[in-house]
Amino acid sequence: MKEQLEAILQAATEAIRSSAAAPDLEALRVKYLGKKGELTAILKQMGRLTAEQRPAMGKMANEVRAALETALEEQAAALSEKALEARLSLETVDVTIPGKPVETGHQHPMYIALDEFKEIFINMGFEVMDGPEVELSEYNFTKLNTPDDHPAREWSDTFYLDKDSKTLLRTQTSPMQIRAMEKYGVPIRMISPGRVYRKDEVDATHSPMFHQIEGLVVDKGVTMADLKGTLNAVLQEIYGSGTKTRFRPHHFPFTEPSCEVDVQCHKCGGKGCPTCKGEGWIEALGAGMVHPKVLSGCGIDPDVYSGYAFGFGLERMAMARYKISDLRLIFENDIRFLEQF
Amino acid sequence: MKLSRKWLREFVDLSDVGDREFSDAMTLSGSKVEATEILNESLKNVVVGRVLSMERHPDSDHMWVCQTDVGQAKPVQIVTGAWNVHKGDFVPVALHKALLPGGKTIERGELRGVMSDGMYCSLKELGLTVEHDYPEAVINPAAILDDYHPLDPAKRSIPVGIKPGQKLSEEIAVGEILEISTLPDTSENPFRYAIKLNPGIPLDWGHTTITIGTAFSNLHVGDMVAYHLPRMWQYDRIGHHSSEILCSPDEFSPDDFRTELVPGMKIYGPVIVAKVSALEKYAYGCWRTTLNVGGAEMEMDESRLHNLHVGDFVAWDTERHEICTLSDLHAQQKEFPHCIPDGIWILSGEHNPGADIATLIGADDHVVEFEITPNRPDCLSVIGLAREAAATFHKPLIHHKPEIKGSGGNIAELLDIEIEDGSLCPRYTARLVKNVKIRPSPEWMRERLRNSGVRPINNIVDITNYVMLEYGQPMHAFDFACVDGGKIVVRTAREGETIRTLDGTTRALTPDMLCICDAEKPVCVAGVMGGANSEIIGDTAMVLFESANFNGASVRRTAVALNMRTEASSRYEKGLDPMNTFRAVQRACELVEQLGAGEVVEGLLDVIAADRPPVTLTLEPQKINRLLGTEISSDEMRGILTSLEFKLDGNNVHVPSWRGDVEHYSDLAEEVARFHGYNEIPDTLSSGLNARRGFTREQKAERLLGALCRSCGYSEIITYSFISPAAYDKIRLPDDSPLRKSLKILNPLGEDRSIMRTTILPSMLEILTRNWNYRNKSVKLYELGRTYFPRGDGLADEPKTLCLGAYGADMDFFALKGAVEAILNGLRVPEVSYTAQSENPSYHPGRCADVYAGNRYLGVLGQIHPKVAETYGIDGELYTAELSLDALLDCAGAEPVYQPLPRFPSVPRDLALVCDKALPVAELRDVIRQSGTELLKAVSLFDIYTGPGIPADKKSVAFNLTFRSDERSLTAAEVEEAVTKILDALRESLNAVLR
Repeated sequence: MKEQLEAILQAATEAIRSSAAAPDLEALRVKYLGKKGELTAILKQMGRLTAEQRPAMGKMANEVRAALETALEEQAAALSEKALEARLSLETVDVTIPGKPVETGHQHPMYIALDEFKEIFINMGFEVMDGPEVELSEYNFTKLNTPDDHPAREWSDTFYLDKDSKTLLRTQTSPMQIRAMEKYGVPIRMISPGRVYRKDEVDATHSPMFHQIEGLVVDKGVTMADLKGTLNAVLQEIYGSGTKTRFRPHHFPFTEPSCEVDVQCHKCGGKGCPTCKGEGWIEALGAGMVHPKVLSGCGIDPDVYSGYAFGFGLERMAMARYKISDLRLIFENDIRFLEQF
Repeated sequence: MKLSRKWLREFVDLSDVGDREFSDAMTLSGSKVEATEILNESLKNVVVGRVLSMERHPDSDHMWVCQTDVGQAKPVQIVTGAWNVHKGDFVPVALHKALLPGGKTIERGELRGVMSDGMYCSLKELGLTVEHDYPEAVINPAAILDDYHPLDPAKRSIPVGIKPGQKLSEEIAVGEILEISTLPDTSENPFRYAIKLNPGIPLDWGHTTITIGTAFSNLHVGDMVAYHLPRMWQYDRIGHHSSEILCSPDEFSPDDFRTELVPGMKIYGPVIVAKVSALEKYAYGCWRTTLNVGGAEMEMDESRLHNLHVGDFVAWDTERHEICTLSDLHAQQKEFPHCIPDGIWILSGEHNPGADIATLIGADDHVVEFEITPNRPDCLSVIGLAREAAATFHKPLIHHKPEIKGSGGNIAELLDIEIEDGSLCPRYTARLVKNVKIRPSPEWMRERLRNSGVRPINNIVDITNYVMLEYGQPMHAFDFACVDGGKIVVRTAREGETIRTLDGTTRALTPDMLCICDAEKPVCVAGVMGGANSEIIGDTAMVLFESANFNGASVRRTAVALNMRTEASSRYEKGLDPMNTFRAVQRACELVEQLGAGEVVEGLLDVIAADRPPVTLTLEPQKINRLLGTEISSDEMRGILTSLEFKLDGNNVHVPSWRGDVEHYSDLAEEVARFHGYNEIPDTLSSGLNARRGFTREQKAERLLGALCRSCGYSEIITYSFISPAAYDKIRLPDDSPLRKSLKILNPLGEDRSIMRTTILPSMLEILTRNWNYRNKSVKLYELGRTYFPRGDGLADEPKTLCLGAYGADMDFFALKGAVEAILNGLRVPEVSYTAQSENPSYHPGRCADVYAGNRYLGVLGQIHPKVAETYGIDGELYTAELSLDALLDCAGAEPVYQPLPRFPSVPRDLALVCDKALPVAELRDVIRQSGTELLKAVSLFDIYTGPGIPADKKSVAFNLTFRSDERSLTAAEVEEAVTKILDALRESLNAVLR
């Protein structure tokens, strides 16, 4: 019996080790360990053994069973590992094949720039206001201290909607200064972006419709130093920290003192190059202290309150930022252009 | 404004200030420099040369080889093709490696085998002109017969092998028509008329009249005509009828008939060949010429023909005693290709060979171009900018007081001035100059004008321009002989009056236009342009200088109305200093004396019709510092104002007359800030918080909407707000559509941008079309744009519309609808429904839906009607959606409230239903929803089928239903019961049955 057990152990172990698939393994388990299996058959002969022989043989039979069970488990694990490997190898993909497209749209570059701009000002405690594009010349010009005979009022420069030149397409976002002061009084701290219109034929740098961003701050004790500090902070955010700026005197009917603000040319660092037309500086915006006549026209006492206003050209900013060379691209809306942003 | 730094030097010494420092500092003090032009940068290595000798080029019929002294040890050899050069002339020589204006460089090189070490230059090659810069350098060419190139070699006008004395053409004389008779119209007879002519001179054969046949039909008895003096053989050959005797108009130039015509007068004498045997230059551009006229030598007194050389053959008019020019011979330029009114610039006077030409023509100047803001017309002048520069660089301003000697007479006896309306002409100042000699102004003045961008004309006109540039005061000079009645009346035009202005245009004047008139008529449009009737011309003997102050708005309106913006009008319209008229007219008269252009009549008429009171402000340093945020001392402020010629007495600031822009303390603050330095003002941030800050709910929703569109694959566009009225037809709006009531731009850039859109659809279609035409395959776009609806008060309601537009292989109605659903979901718009819309004329009647949230109309979506697509030239499917932003914002759902996740399993059931083909799926879904108990949690469509197994008028629609209870696990029976109820309802209400 001992020999029988040893023979079974040896034969079974070999068979298990050499089995190649899970079903073969199951068949071997049945063959040796099943109810009618070879080991079971031997165990059934235990009755014929002597009492002295029985414990030793029993122990041995159990050891053989355990060994076979272990062998079966190990072989099963090995086979399953092998099968997995085969599957994984079969499932291997070419990772250089492009992914399945997920189409997303693109924001217009001008409005990317505008959104960023709004966020800068929102973070500085400003509010964003919206106003009419069809405007009264009263607001677009008169209340902004623009004389009746100012050339900007001419029909060759401004689009009019009535014969008496009373309603027009606003030529600037500055009328929003008046609307904001009239509606909310003081204090005020706002920006107002929007479309403006001037009678310019379309070319690489002109468009009859373009965008401006107006800004207005009015309160007690607002100074030109505040104007400088605020605009410098904003320009650092837009053009990068360390950007050099210069404020130089200019003229607008509705501010006094007035200034234009230049940013040092990013291309030549101020030496002068074609981008900045040799000047070393690129004009960024116009600004100034709100003219006392404008304040009093809105019912605000210029001896008590003061304020500053500024105006950015959005196209210019977006074009500089993305190096867009031709303004027409902005309004052409070619998808190949839009997809770049 | 172009400023010559050489000119500026007369008023402020900035010799130690370089160009960059000058432009930076001036820009920062408020006079923005646009560019600095160094004039001689474009003109290098061009020097004065003296022509030492000239030889004809051995291998050319038109070039000369010239040895030239250019101030170097040895002469240089220059080959030139110009014929106006002579030995002894001073000429500009572009040496090897010279640079000429326009970027042209000159290199040493061979010309037909002969080395040329450079080039002689014409005025044009130096960037100059004869007319405006060097009028004395005009070149008149003679017709040199050696240069004759016949147009047709078979028909030579000048025979080969000419000799001195040979006759070239016959005489032409004036005749008077005595009789005209019409001839019989026969085919042999080429003439329609026979005329009897009085030849005015006895003819060879004794006749006192001749009869000539002619085809000219414009002749009348008494007309004077030109005729070739007939010879007997002509008469003999064709009897009384000849075609070649009368001259046709193309045989003459206007110069031929300056005097009164008398029969027999010779127009041309016989022209013969002559040969130049000697030449002697006796003054600049003037020659004494000796001619061989066939044996005899004859000396001409004076010739101003510049291309002759000894040995040249010329045509000699024996009657007029002149060498013929091309026009004398009625020759075309190409017949004498080298006899051209062009050539080398011969310098007048004596020069040192080797001297720099750039310096000679005044190009050793630096010209600074300023952008002057309209509030500072005083800075449109050398003196105005000098004042700013003096204050900027802390240098003294050098004042100049014009001084006039005067030459007797009394202006008051000659001229009277009357101003009708002082508000239009506050001041009119005038002086008279007699014995005027019109000629070119001196070189220094022409240089300054040229460097300032003004073309020199003649001394009087140049003086007015010079004073305008120097003082900023426009001036006008009248020919006083043309001022009728010795009277100047400044008045508005009368109805029906016209004036021919200096540019030659006759202009109708209206009663709101201010004019300068004499006793009778307008002679000048005030502040805009003078009249041709009083123009300064060569024989002007007495000049009236006007230096006036006009109302800026009036000048501007007139200039605009006449479409005639001039240098003067653009200055006047900014509002000029009335005190300047006196200084300017004095300066002009000083220059007249300095230039020897005439004699200044004693006295000056100065009419002040309206006084402008001087402005006085109070200096309040604290107030200025409070506005600027600075701590500038009172002394510094006073120093700045004083340097700008403001007068201070105590705290009173007297504003100078030329500073009309200063009227308030904030203006003084700007003056202080400009010269203290804007960039010296500290940077501070305003403190305090704004009660209204951050984005509003609407602004946030708009930002979300954009993000939703982009997440659906749509890209943002920006389109013009104005469209063409034809766009409404293109999208098939009915004639009575309220959308056609648009705001019209009365002065649009063009019809196609003339109305404010009431619908955003045409804008989107235009952009889709553009992309389609660019062959972009798949395009999805969105715009959140305004539309404009006229309102009673003249303004507009400007609601925004979200417009989606798309085309491409992946687009169909449901792709578009999916995007709309995603956007509405993103905004949590509740109760969204879509109803078929077959009436919208812009959309495909079977592929269009109106979108509602509950009862609120949100907009429309669908495929663009093929007819509309066709009007845009597109034969594919375009999809668009238009949703009202206001409606979307109104319907956007509230913040979500958390719903507990299901605790019990759900039971899915699929129902395949057969129903009428035309039945909208939404109706099936609605019935399922309504008939489902509270256990039915979700219904979703997953298949629609027609085809085999389904009757032709039916379709199969499959839904996936989800049942669940929040209290317990459902039993099969419960689900079955619910399904049965649904099926019953479907069968009863829609006749839909389980497949």
